[in-house]
Amino acid sequence: MSEAPRFLRPVKTAANVGMAVTFDTPLPLDCGRTLAPFTVAYMTYGTLNASKSNAVLICHALTGDQFVASDHPITGKPGWWNTMVGPGKPIDTDRFFVICSNVIGGCMGSTGPAETDPATGQPFGLNFPLVTIRDMVRAQKRLVDHLGIEKLLAVVGGSMGGMQVLQWAASYPDCVRAVVPIACAARHSAQNIAFHEVGRQAIMADPDWRGGEYQLQGTRPSKGLAVARMAAHITYVSEMALQNKFGRNLQNRDAKSFQFTPDFQIESYLHHQGASFVDRFDANSYLYITRAMDYFDLAEEHGGMLSEVFRVNAARFCIVSFSSDWLFPPFENKRIAHALNAVAAQVSFVEIRSDKGHDAFLLDEPEMFATVRGFLNHAASDLI
Amino acid sequence: MSLRPDLKAIADMIRPGSRVLDVGCGDGALLEHLVRTKNVDGRGIEISQANVNACVARGLAVVQGDADSDLVDYPAQVFDAVILSQTIQATEKPRAVLNHLLRIGRRTAVSLPNFGYWKVRLALLSGGRMPRTSGLDYSWSETPNIHLCTLADFVDLTRECGASIVEAHSLNPGGTTTRINPARLTDSYMGPNLFAQGAIFLLKKN
Repeated sequence: MSEAPRFLRPVKTAANVGMAVTFDTPLPLDCGRTLAPFTVAYMTYGTLNASKSNAVLICHALTGDQFVASDHPITGKPGWWNTMVGPGKPIDTDRFFVICSNVIGGCMGSTGPAETDPATGQPFGLNFPLVTIRDMVRAQKRLVDHLGIEKLLAVVGGSMGGMQVLQWAASYPDCVRAVVPIACAARHSAQNIAFHEVGRQAIMADPDWRGGEYQLQGTRPSKGLAVARMAAHITYVSEMALQNKFGRNLQNRDAKSFQFTPDFQIESYLHHQGASFVDRFDANSYLYITRAMDYFDLAEEHGGMLSEVFRVNAARFCIVSFSSDWLFPPFENKRIAHALNAVAAQVSFVEIRSDKGHDAFLLDEPEMFATVRGFLNHAASDLI
Repeated sequence: MSLRPDLKAIADMIRPGSRVLDVGCGDGALLEHLVRTKNVDGRGIEISQANVNACVARGLAVVQGDADSDLVDYPAQVFDAVILSQTIQATEKPRAVLNHLLRIGRRTAVSLPNFGYWKVRLALLSGGRMPRTSGLDYSWSETPNIHLCTLADFVDLTRECGASIVEAHSLNPGGTTTRINPARLTDSYMGPNLFAQGAIFLLKKN
């Protein structure tokens, strides 16, 4: 018997992805295909109470993962939402059982394009089916069922995580008590799709992408993926934040070089963002997940009537937006609040003043912490 | 916790179990009172971030926003009662706001300060400068209260907006309230338009 072929892994995920569960029952996908078997990698924090009523699901953003409140196994950096999740934090792991799973299509242990296709014994690559936000949520629901939790105390997430949060409320209204979508929208805008397409084209233009078969051919489209990350990163910060942080300052030089090496600090900062990203993220995953966001339009099946999505919804909503977020601007978030109001759902909405742009949701924003803490405390006030 | 007398008077106008929208709900004191004591299905709109956070921590459903720009997004006749407490004088377009309130709610409760109160009139007459009262303690250049009116002026506005006054209460010096005959606000030179610090009206669209 020959040894199974070994393929270059785009990221070093094999080592430690936390916990993982593999489901044999096929996962039906919006594209019409199914995924089976499929694996969901996840982390939990805190303790599930006897009545299983204190579970909070956290949904990660485009390039996030399950390491919401613990060190990242590849970068060694602290959890991406350490300020929000942990003992005594707004999402208090002394009180709540926090679950965070890697989305399907991702590259941190959940089934995605870099994993081996059981049908071929080779990496899925572009044979991986296109997944949607709803498919990601379907997979999360399997995990929540697997953990024996019938009703989540809350589902919380920002950006693409916020899209999943909204999808949870739409798909499983009886399984969520409280819903906290942060810095997101009920549909991806033309501008956002445009930025994603720039990123995808950068990846696919990299000769090392090899039509998506870079694992088989032993290459990595690092340059394309880095450029995609650089372009995307600009959308995560506000113009003012960039100007304040970098201005026109030069990097390690006294005068302009009259060459195309990075003269400006902002250039070198973006290069660093791109270079560090490729160590922890798979290029094909980036294609798939950005596509999932592009396809997200919660009201599409209801003729554009967003309020119809939330008809008969007993969950409590707390929508958080940031004034300088131009990727998911406050008005997109408020649109969700108005749709919920129109069907008499319980909804709160805040627009937090911040000059940090879209990334504010990941940063130290005391008003956001106060909002989430107060909302969750009240939602949990009748917990046994 | 005891409510401010004007809020208490508004609370008394709200029927148990009804759906209520409090526009400019502040820290949510009235809304929470209505939810707890009258089993009201309450919603709020509030402009201040800190106040919205206070409301959210009380378990209230409150949207951060502005009466001038946000009421247009609320469907017609979905609330049994809409409350606008001590806010209309701070809106940019009081007439448009009142029209929206009358559209959204079957009943509209409005409380407002009375610029016709005798102390205000006397302060202007004797001092010759814009009056500052305990209820409206701002200099003219700093005040958020950009559309002040007398009670008689407000009654005129309700007529122009096609609303009738279901009941009215004066806010008296000393914090008490008294039920008043709205006709006396416009018919008589003396009366509440001179002696009341403010008033609360319950309106309905004709």
